[in-house]
Amino acid sequence: MSNTQKITPAEESWQMDGVISDGTEQFLTFELNGENYGVEILRVQEIRGWDKTTPIPQSPPYLCGVLNLRGAIVPIVDLRLFFEMPFKSYSSTTVVIVLKLEGDAQRTVGVVVDAVSDAEDIALKDIKATPNLGSAVNTKYIKGIANVDDELLMLLDIDKLLSLESILS
Amino acid sequence: MSVDISQFHEIFFEESIEGLDLMEKELLNLNKDDYDVETINTIFRAAHSIKGGAGSFGFNQISEFTHSVETLLDQMRNNEREINSQAISILLQAVDKLRQMVSAAEQNESFDETELVAVSEALAQLLSDTPGKSTPPEQATLSDGNVAETPTTGSTHGSGWHIVFKPNKNLLFTGNDPLLILKELKQLGDMQLKLKDDLPPFSDMEPEECYFHWEITLKGTNDESSIREVFEWVEDDCELIIKPLDEVEEKSFNEAVVADIATPETTTNQSLAHPGATTDHEVLELDSATARPVVSENKQRTPETPNTDSKAGPKDGGMSSIRVGTDKVDNLINLVGELVITQSMLGQLGSELDGEIHQAIVDRLEQLERNTRELQEGIMRIRMMPISFAFNRFPRLVHDLSQKTGKKVELQLSGEQTELDKTVMEKIGDPLVHLVRNSLDHGLETPEVRLAAGKSETGHLHLNAFHRGGSIIIKITDDGAGLNEEKILKKAIEKNLVSGNETMLPEQIHELIFLPGFSTAEQVSDISGRGVGMDVVRKNVKSLGGEIEVKSQKGSGSTFTIKLPLTLAIMDGQIIKVADQNFVIPLLSIIESIEFKDESIRSVVGKGELLSLRDEYVPLIRLTDIFSLDQTPKNPDDTSERNLIVVVGSDDYKVGLLVNELLAQQQVVIKSLETNYQKIEGFSGATILGDGTVALILDIPGMMTLFEKRMQANPPQPKIAIEA
Amino acid sequence: MANILVVDDSASMRQMVSVTLKDAGHIITAADNGSAALDIAKRQKFDLVLTDVNMPVMDGITLTREIRKLGQYRFTPILILTTEAGGDKKQEGKAAGATGWLVKPFNPSQLLATISKVVA
Repeated sequence: MSNTQKITPAEESWQMDGVISDGTEQFLTFELNGENYGVEILRVQEIRGWDKTTPIPQSPPYLCGVLNLRGAIVPIVDLRLFFEMPFKSYSSTTVVIVLKLEGDAQRTVGVVVDAVSDAEDIALKDIKATPNLGSAVNTKYIKGIANVDDELLMLLDIDKLLSLESILS
Repeated sequence: MSVDISQFHEIFFEESIEGLDLMEKELLNLNKDDYDVETINTIFRAAHSIKGGAGSFGFNQISEFTHSVETLLDQMRNNEREINSQAISILLQAVDKLRQMVSAAEQNESFDETELVAVSEALAQLLSDTPGKSTPPEQATLSDGNVAETPTTGSTHGSGWHIVFKPNKNLLFTGNDPLLILKELKQLGDMQLKLKDDLPPFSDMEPEECYFHWEITLKGTNDESSIREVFEWVEDDCELIIKPLDEVEEKSFNEAVVADIATPETTTNQSLAHPGATTDHEVLELDSATARPVVSENKQRTPETPNTDSKAGPKDGGMSSIRVGTDKVDNLINLVGELVITQSMLGQLGSELDGEIHQAIVDRLEQLERNTRELQEGIMRIRMMPISFAFNRFPRLVHDLSQKTGKKVELQLSGEQTELDKTVMEKIGDPLVHLVRNSLDHGLETPEVRLAAGKSETGHLHLNAFHRGGSIIIKITDDGAGLNEEKILKKAIEKNLVSGNETMLPEQIHELIFLPGFSTAEQVSDISGRGVGMDVVRKNVKSLGGEIEVKSQKGSGSTFTIKLPLTLAIMDGQIIKVADQNFVIPLLSIIESIEFKDESIRSVVGKGELLSLRDEYVPLIRLTDIFSLDQTPKNPDDTSERNLIVVVGSDDYKVGLLVNELLAQQQVVIKSLETNYQKIEGFSGATILGDGTVALILDIPGMMTLFEKRMQANPPQPKIAIEA
Repeated sequence: MANILVVDDSASMRQMVSVTLKDAGHIITAADNGSAALDIAKRQKFDLVLTDVNMPVMDGITLTREIRKLGQYRFTPILILTTEAGGDKKQEGKAAGATGWLVKPFNPSQLLATISKVVA
């Protein structure tokens, strides 16, 4: 699966050292219902606390609504609900990760997760193909898996996961 | 030093498109009986310029194709060829082809030559029908690119040429300068020359006349024609003898010269007497002024010439313009939108200040609001374009269609200067074309039918645009047969769109044409029936936040009225609160707001709730229902919660919306939901309110559709039954 | 360096001629029809006039004739820019007082070569 990994060029806006030396890529890891997930850190636009959203009538329940992000109207997806995990009430510690998609169109989407854990450098060679996991998450949204500190980390394919077809079906 | 000609391409394309538009417009004018003679000249000039430019800038295909167009037009303007509708038709097709070629060149694509065959042949055919006097079509050999037009003898002489160049006395009056001509000649090879004069007695001397001549020996391989070419401009203003060097002995040649040009006292030796007669080299060092008349030329050269056309823009007078990418303008619009939001947040904070203490701040905030609004309006204006951009294609369209259908149509355009947002303009084009096609196809009758009906033979089609309120109105009016109500009804019943049991008013029948799946043409016609129905037209208009309606009178014609918002990016909105959520209703669609009273609501089987509004009943829409909003009231028994009904709609329908609260009225910047998400049915977009939160903007027509769907799928159970 | 008046109703041609001549160090004044050109020619003296033939308002032949009538332009070179390959326009131009002509299409180097025949 490592061939599907692609190294995105560093974005000016990214403040941390996002430039990867050969063969490794940096991932932002987060928790969701006791499981660990990762997204390519260069796709992360910002991390923010939960803010009240404007609900969108007749949208799927995992779509919390839209938010004003510096003038842009950005949809917010509750990943727990999207993965059909039990709903957890939003609190001051609830985190929204704002992601830049490069799939069908360049879109910005926020996802609600339980908590952000860390930024991890992962060697591409350590990323394994996705076995049939017992996880709630459909494996088609997972690019690969890796072991970090003896814990299983699932690396999400956010372009597939948050494509319009996917979040509207 | 070389000039990169590609830098002129863009202006050439622009100018060619303008020229082609002009050609088309004037060609259509030629159809009229009383066209101006200048019309054909204008068309010719446009073609001529395109051909010249295309040739110069290396677009040979365009230049070659335009050549035959130009030839035809030239014959027409010289009254050598009849201007008839067939020729105009072919010329119009040629204009189309040229447009395609220019656009291909603009895209840096090649244009398939085979695309031209039909029109080229038609043009060639036309040209071969010899007109009165005519130039033979063979003149269309397309190689007039070279300056070399002089008779060619073809002979080349290895050793060189003897040339005698004797300007006429008045050569200088043509603006030619013998020395510069000699300088040019020198470029061809090693040249030696002898200056001879034919000076009259000093008392007879005219300072403006030329009294010199030259005998020249030019070495090197040149053919005669290239030498003649140098003297091309003065052929008729001088005596010129050119003979091969090896044919003529120097001596006898000189004698011949003497004889030929009759200068008795002049010999080679005599040249010594004249300081001017030296070697060619020195001659050429001379300032040309010395060979010119000494006096008379009053040089009044201003030290710095003002450049009247420094940019050489396509239009020199009046309005100057710059070309800016729309992305830049849109970025400005976004930024100013942000500014409006910040300003309104500040305004909100300011309104909470104690006016007496903070008067200065409050004043400045008001100032800021004014400036912001003006800035916003100014920037929005950049996107506005006159509707003539959309109207311009109709003369041609109507011309083509009337030819095809054999109908006589007079098209009138008015209000072309009415401005419209660029995006609206782009999207309204197709609906307008459809309506015009429809009008010609179904509305206007053939001359015979019209005459039989006591109408004028020529039908009238009028496109009119104007402002009304905050909207743009476009009316498409014809004096044709009007909508055929029986036919429409029959069709609608066939298609199961109506039951046919109820009696319908003419207006209701007219409305049926906008239903999806409706098409009145019995056979899908080539003109209007391209699988696109009036439902699509209405959908497109609605997607722009507009409305379309029809008024028709059998026998006397139809009028389609399109109402469009001035701009898509900004509007006046009423903020409302429903189920604890803010929404924006476009102020334009609000008719009135009234207090909610239980007793004014009736429920009707199959129709939901009706609101009694003075002497009429209008449907009541609970937004909580159609948008499935969380409607749990904070306290179900709390009757103190002031409910209101906002009546919205247009001329032809009204509905009441039940809302909890009316909040501020303000200008809102419309943000697309599609940038990061997708369109939401019943909403036209979203905006950001003063507190930074997002509010969705209700799309009233879209909401109506949603409501009707709801009613059909799931008719509400009546709470109170009444007699309808 | 010469002071040159360029007259053409086609903006692209005008620009091509103007830029080319400017690059060659000349001073350029442009006009888009004969009438405007005549007005400016009356107000100041040009060393060379380059004019298109087919133009609205006043064509190049008339312009040539009118300019040639002006005292200060008796010896000034006037070149007509023409696409007509047949000699008609050239002869008409000559008769009106043109110095010579340049046949369209032409490119910048052809233009400069031709100009050198009339301005030093």
